[in-house]
This record gives sequence, structure tokens and C-alpha cells, in this order.
Amino acid sequence: MKRFARLFAELDASTATSAKLAALQRYFAQAGPRDAAWATYFLAGGKPRQVVPTATLRALAAQRAGIPDWLFEECYQAVGDLAETIAQVLPAPSGRSELGLADWVEQRLLPLRGAERAAQAERLAAWWDELDAPERFLLVKLIGGGFRVGVSKLLVQRALAAHAGLDAKLVAQRMMGYTDAGARPDEAAFAALLAPAGEGRAAGGQPYPFFLAHALDAAPAQFEAKLGPPSDWLVEWKYDGIRAQLVRREGQCWIWSRGEELVTERFPEIVDAARALPDGSVLDGEVVAWKDGALAPFQLLQQRIGRKTLNKRVLADAPVAFVAYDLLEWQGEDGRGLAQHERRARLEAAVRGTPLQLSPRVEGRSWAELAAVREGSRERRVEGLMLKHREARYGSGRTKADGTWWKWKIDPLSVDAVLVYAQAGHGRRASVYTDYTFAVWNRAPRDAAEVQAVLDAIERREPPQPGALQLVTFAKAYSGLSDAEFAEVDRVIRRSTVEKFGPVRSVRPSLVFELGFEGINRSPRHKSGVAVRFPRMLRLRTDKPLHEADTLGTLEALLGLP
Amino acid sequence: MDLVVQRPQGLYCPPGDFYIDPWRPVDRAVITHAHADHARAGHGHYLAAAPGEGVLRARLGDVTLQPLAYGEAVEHRGVRISLHPAGHVLGSAQVRLEHAGQVWVASGDYYASGAGDGNATCAPFEPVRCDCFITESTFGLPVYRWRPQREVFAEIDAWWRANAAAGRASVLMGYSFGKAQRILAGVDASIGPLLVHGAVEPLNAAYRAAGVALPPTQLATDVTDKAALSRALVVAPPAVAGSAWLKRFGEFADAFASGWMQLRGARRRQGVDRGFVLSDHADWPGLQQAIAATGASRVIVTHGHEAVMVRWLAEQGLQAGSFRTEYGAQEPS
Repeated sequence: MKRFARLFAELDASTATSAKLAALQRYFAQAGPRDAAWATYFLAGGKPRQVVPTATLRALAAQRAGIPDWLFEECYQAVGDLAETIAQVLPAPSGRSELGLADWVEQRLLPLRGAERAAQAERLAAWWDELDAPERFLLVKLIGGGFRVGVSKLLVQRALAAHAGLDAKLVAQRMMGYTDAGARPDEAAFAALLAPAGEGRAAGGQPYPFFLAHALDAAPAQFEAKLGPPSDWLVEWKYDGIRAQLVRREGQCWIWSRGEELVTERFPEIVDAARALPDGSVLDGEVVAWKDGALAPFQLLQQRIGRKTLNKRVLADAPVAFVAYDLLEWQGEDGRGLAQHERRARLEAAVRGTPLQLSPRVEGRSWAELAAVREGSRERRVEGLMLKHREARYGSGRTKADGTWWKWKIDPLSVDAVLVYAQAGHGRRASVYTDYTFAVWNRAPRDAAEVQAVLDAIERREPPQPGALQLVTFAKAYSGLSDAEFAEVDRVIRRSTVEKFGPVRSVRPSLVFELGFEGINRSPRHKSGVAVRFPRMLRLRTDKPLHEADTLGTLEALLGLP
Repeated sequence: MDLVVQRPQGLYCPPGDFYIDPWRPVDRAVITHAHADHARAGHGHYLAAAPGEGVLRARLGDVTLQPLAYGEAVEHRGVRISLHPAGHVLGSAQVRLEHAGQVWVASGDYYASGAGDGNATCAPFEPVRCDCFITESTFGLPVYRWRPQREVFAEIDAWWRANAAAGRASVLMGYSFGKAQRILAGVDASIGPLLVHGAVEPLNAAYRAAGVALPPTQLATDVTDKAALSRALVVAPPAVAGSAWLKRFGEFADAFASGWMQLRGARRRQGVDRGFVLSDHADWPGLQQAIAATGASRVIVTHGHEAVMVRWLAEQGLQAGSFRTEYGAQEPS
């Protein structure tokens, strides 16, 4: 644990990739394989199921620190991270632990799940007392399942590859599934990652690293210069679903999500459809909501994902389909090195005659024509277009080294909304007000004077009269601004706070933001009666006076959109 | 009668008709220490602790200043005023007021650590018995617990040593007045040359003039030898971050020394390679011990986490309240 804590401190202390890589390599050179196996698991994003409920951790930490719950909560609000709060409020340890990471996880943490609460509390208290603050922080992160560190999975793979003298792409492929919830990182699993090239080929349900697209931000007029003619590109719809890989080998079928989670059991109808494929096939595509032979709204897929048990009714109400758009393996051969158009031709042949859906090509003789087609995305329930270079090989991760995939998304829906509540963020944004609640007017204000009267009432903390002009909330958003912009908004919030409710502040409204979102539904969650999907701040509208912010009517008009 | 009340100009002593660290111009001001948010220009008469006279004059220019040795008393309109070490920076003082059988102490900013160690560059915080204690609360949350300073300095030394071995300068940012001198006094000067920014050196001189032992320092701008630069520890104010001034060091590692570095979020926002937890303010245990040591039954909390401290102290059975001040706006910590 000490060594792992030191590695974490090194990774956390530096912002330079080279320093992080060096720290990882040093760790792998020094740590035993059992510890390294678990370290790799955690660094690459593995999360064991939470072994102790968060509420138990909080209560116990407050008790051990000798402070009341409210004071612990105040600390948490200032720190913005539960594990760090716990690590810092506890008094200095009275002993030291020499136990390694693997022993910590296997002998202590995993057996903790399901233990009696009293036993959990007793053990945790004893462990906390033999760890210093950085080690405690890690321990709580590992227990809580929220371990995140400033290294990408790609960097871990590079470090492992350098350590073992292998190609990073090979390590990447071997690592697929390494962090799956059902996986158990041990000496053998770690050795398999580092085995000499040529040994231990892909077997079982092992998928390939996903090839990720880049966002295309240019105006269509620049496409010709930037991308060449559309005939160089395979154009498809960008689906609003779950990116997935369908692996068919040894008479079985596996479905992997982009998060490298094995999700086979959640989609039995896709497993059925995949039986039509021969062994040795791996398809890349999208799991989508699919009803009556067509794409259905994303919300339907959300409902489906939210269900723990799948019965006949759920399957009938929220059916899914797999839309295939790439072929990574065919007849047991890795085909990722083939050009996009060759893979596409093989894919069409492979899917023909099966119940799987093929992602259709979108035709257009010019970029202008494609731009016009793209305007119809919302009606088709897709997010825009995908552009894949016909010569592109299938790369690993978000790379352009093997050719490029562009996602050319439609502009989000947007309204001009007023910031009414703010809450401090977490992690890097702890103690900075970065999470905002937004509102629109319930009707158009007559003039600036009527708005001023509403602001005065807010300042006096008077609730609005029913039916009178007021701001109604409809969204929370916390992304889209730069650090400098957040700092500026933070200053305004602190200056214009009217009331504090625990961690939340109400403000005297003064800021208007252009708020972007992907979709809109009726929902009782907010006062406005509507809720939006993936809201984010597009920009601060310093040019807009409050009385020109949008109204509930604007939002309701958008409800009519598909 | 309350010996200190809150007025728009600052904390005011009604029987004595003077202010403590006022933020608007007044006739008579008792100054706890020379940081800009406590010692402002424009007052008619200043009273401050003698060891801080040099720094105060350097910052405020030609003012009417009466220096007072720690522990000595003056009487003004029936109020007996004495100054006692606060351990925060050179010349920092707590103001003890005695009038009609009551004793109040306004502590300004002070350093008291749960780890039990003191600030080596000034007289250590001295608890003063009183009826009412006015305390700061910059780090008034239980997550702020300072480790022993020698551990922090050992970390700084190790970081400096590693950088020197790798041939890159170590730029350590901290406030020019107070933090910089503590760093210089605390590090192992045998590792390499100690260079300072132009804002730091005049304060070093003031410290040395007051008899505080600091290792030899040189202005960074006076050194052109690349080999010396690459082994140096450079102490500079935070304002140099991202500035052209840093270019002279070629490759360098940067770090920030402050109590705020205790929290990962603050450390990451700072955007430096390392954060060292070194504060001139009391940590949570230090605040609690300092308050208990005064024996005061009434405590008034200023700048920092007032609401938290007030509630906590009230739950401990003390009469607790707060003053709203304008300190801490440019607070060195």
C-alpha cells in the first residue's frame, strides 16, 4: 500500500505525461506481480463493487474524528471529495501497516463486503489508525469504488508496454476486459498482459480496443479544403445509443460496451440475432432503441438500461437492436488493418441475411448536399453524421494515426437561461461554484422594470405570487466554461448570494447563459415541468439583459420536436 | 461594556476611541501586523509591535508610528493596551485590552499548530488569558491539520535535491512577507544556492535587521551562471507564475507553499508541480488549543470559516459570535 500510495502521489503531483510515465514504469519495475496486477486494475479504471455504504463511511469517520455530523458535512463541502475529507479529518495514525496492495484488497477489503456493520466499523477504524493521510485517501477510494487518477488507460498501457518491451497496442488489446466487474486481477492475469508477443492470442470473448471519433467543428464550406471530396469518405448516421462490440467465437456471444463492461445479459435479443454469425466474427456498432422496424427515442433505451431484471414486458416495451457499422474480425482473422471500404464490403456480406441491422450509407454528391441531409437528423432520431475515411484502418482509441473518423454532430437545442442557484463543485473544482441551476421566465416579462420588481422580491426573500412573473427552474449544468470563466462566475455568485441552503446558494439573478441540450421531455423534476438531456453552458451572454432571457413557452415549443 | 465592536471602518474600541486593523482611514489605529489587509495606509496614528516597525515603515512610508515592545503596556483613555506575540510573521501581535476589570484580546492572524511547533522567524504565539478572545478562522475546519514542519521542510529539501540532481531550478512560490523567510530559514541551505525574487529580498533585509537568522540569499536577477541557476532554490511570490521572469531559469520545477495546499483540489487548481503544506495561520487543532488556553468564556470569530467555528464553539459551551471584517481579501496564508 505504501508503494502504491507513493505512485499515486507521484501521478497526482505532476501534470507532465513524461513524469507520469516514468513513475508508472518505476512502479512496475519495483512492485511484485500480485500488487502490480491490482495496481493495473485500479489505474485502468477497475471498480470493485462498493464494499461499505457511503453513509457508514461518513458516520464512522465523523465519530473517529470526534466531530458532529454537521461539521463533517461542512468539511466535505469544502474539500469536495469524500475520501479526502475522511483522510484529513482523522487524527494522526498511531501505527504503520506494511501490507502490500494485493493483500489489502484480497485479505481485507473484499471480505469486508457483507460483513456486519459493527464488524466493518471496527475493522475500518483499526485500519485508518495504521495509515497516513495519503494511504487513507486511497483506502477509502478503493472501498468506495471511486478511485480515479490523472492517468489515462492509454498511459498505463504505454507504461506496461515499455516495462515488458511490447507494442502498446498489443497490451491494449490484452487489457480489454481486464477491469470488467467479473475479472479478478491476479498474478496469472498480469503475466498474460506482459507475455511475449505471439503468445496468448485473443481468445474467448476478448474484444478489441474501440476506435474513437474526433469532433468536427469546421463549417461545411471548409470541408472540401480540410477533408477533400465526399467520395473519399464513408458517411453514416451518428447513432444515439450505446457503442458496443459484438464478439462471436466458440459458439458463444459476448457484448462489450465502450466502457469495457460485459453487457451480454442485458440484450438477449441481440444475442439471439448474433447466432446467425459464424464463429470468429467481431462487429463494432451501436445498441439502439428499436421499435417497429425503426429507431426509437433514446429515452426508451434509458428505461431499458435502468431495469435490473428483464421480463417479457420490458423486452416488449423497450426492445433494442444492434446496428453494425464495422467488422474487426472475420473468420478468426484480425481485419483491423484493412481499409475502411474493404471492411465495409465484408461487413455488408457478413450481415446480409442475418437479423442484425446494417448501418446504411448516407449518400451525397457534395458537402453542401450532406449538410442539408444532416439537418434532418433530429427527425431521424440520430445525432448527426459520421465521416470515415475510406482508407482508414481501424485504430485504437482516440488516434488519427490510422486514419480518421469524424463525428459531425448537429448543433444542440439551446435557450438563454438565467442562473438562479449555485453549488460548489468536486475534486479540482472543490470550493469553486461551478454547478448551476438554470431557469427561464414563466412568461415574457413586460419590461426591465417588471424584472427589477421580481429581483427585489428575491432579494427580500419573498416567494412569488401564484401566476405572477417568476423564474422557473428546468436544468442543472456544470460544464462548458473555462477555468477563468468559472472563476469569474464564482466571484459574481459570492457577491450576489441571497441565501445559503447547506451547500447550495441562491443568488440575485444577474447572469444569462446560452444553455445547450440534446433533447427535452416533460418531467416533474424541475419547477418548469420540463427536463432537458445533457445540458451544458455554451457561453455566457453578457450582452443579454435578464428580461430578454427565454421563457417557458420557448421550451414548450421545443417539446414538439421529435 | 464590549471593549471591541464592529464599525464600518473596522474593529473599534469604544472606551479607548481607537481601531484595530481598520480598513478605512481613522485617527488612531493599533496594527496587529504588516500584511496589506491589516495594515492600511491613511491613518493618523499607528501603534504596532516594535519588531515589526521596519517592515511597517517599509510598506507604509513615513507614518506616525509608535512602536511598543511585546509585553509593555500603554494607557489610552483608561484602556490599558499591550501587544503579545502572535507567531504569524515578524512583528505580528495580539492586542490585549484591559478596561474596567475586563480583558479582551484581538489576535489578528496567528500561527498555532496542533503539531506543537512554532514559526522560527518570529516570536512564537503566546496565549494571553482574557474574558473575550477575538480569533481568526482562516483554516477553521477539522480537515486542516498541519504536520510537523520538519517533515514539510524535509519534503521541500528532497524535492529541491532531486531537481538539482536533474539539473533544473526549483521555483518555490510563497508570499514575499513571512512565508518566504520561513522557507529560507527552514530549508537545508547546503543543497544549493538560495535565490530570491526582487519582492522578497527587501523583506529578508528587514528580518535580518530585526535579528532573525536567515541563510545568505542572492537576487535571482544577479545570477547569470547557468550551473548555479540549475541547482538553485528560487523563492518568489505567486505572481511570477506564468510570467516572463521565469524564463531565465530555462527548465525548472515549480511548487507552491501554503496551507491551502492541504487540499488536493486547491493544489490542482494552482497548476504547479508540487504543493507544500506550509501555513502561517493556525490549523484546526491549533485554533482550538489557542482558544482554550485563553480561558475566555466568550469568543468572537473573524475572517475564514466564521459560521462553522461559531457553531462548534457554541456546542462546546462558549458564548460565540462573529465579526464581519475585510481581512483575508489578499490574505497570505
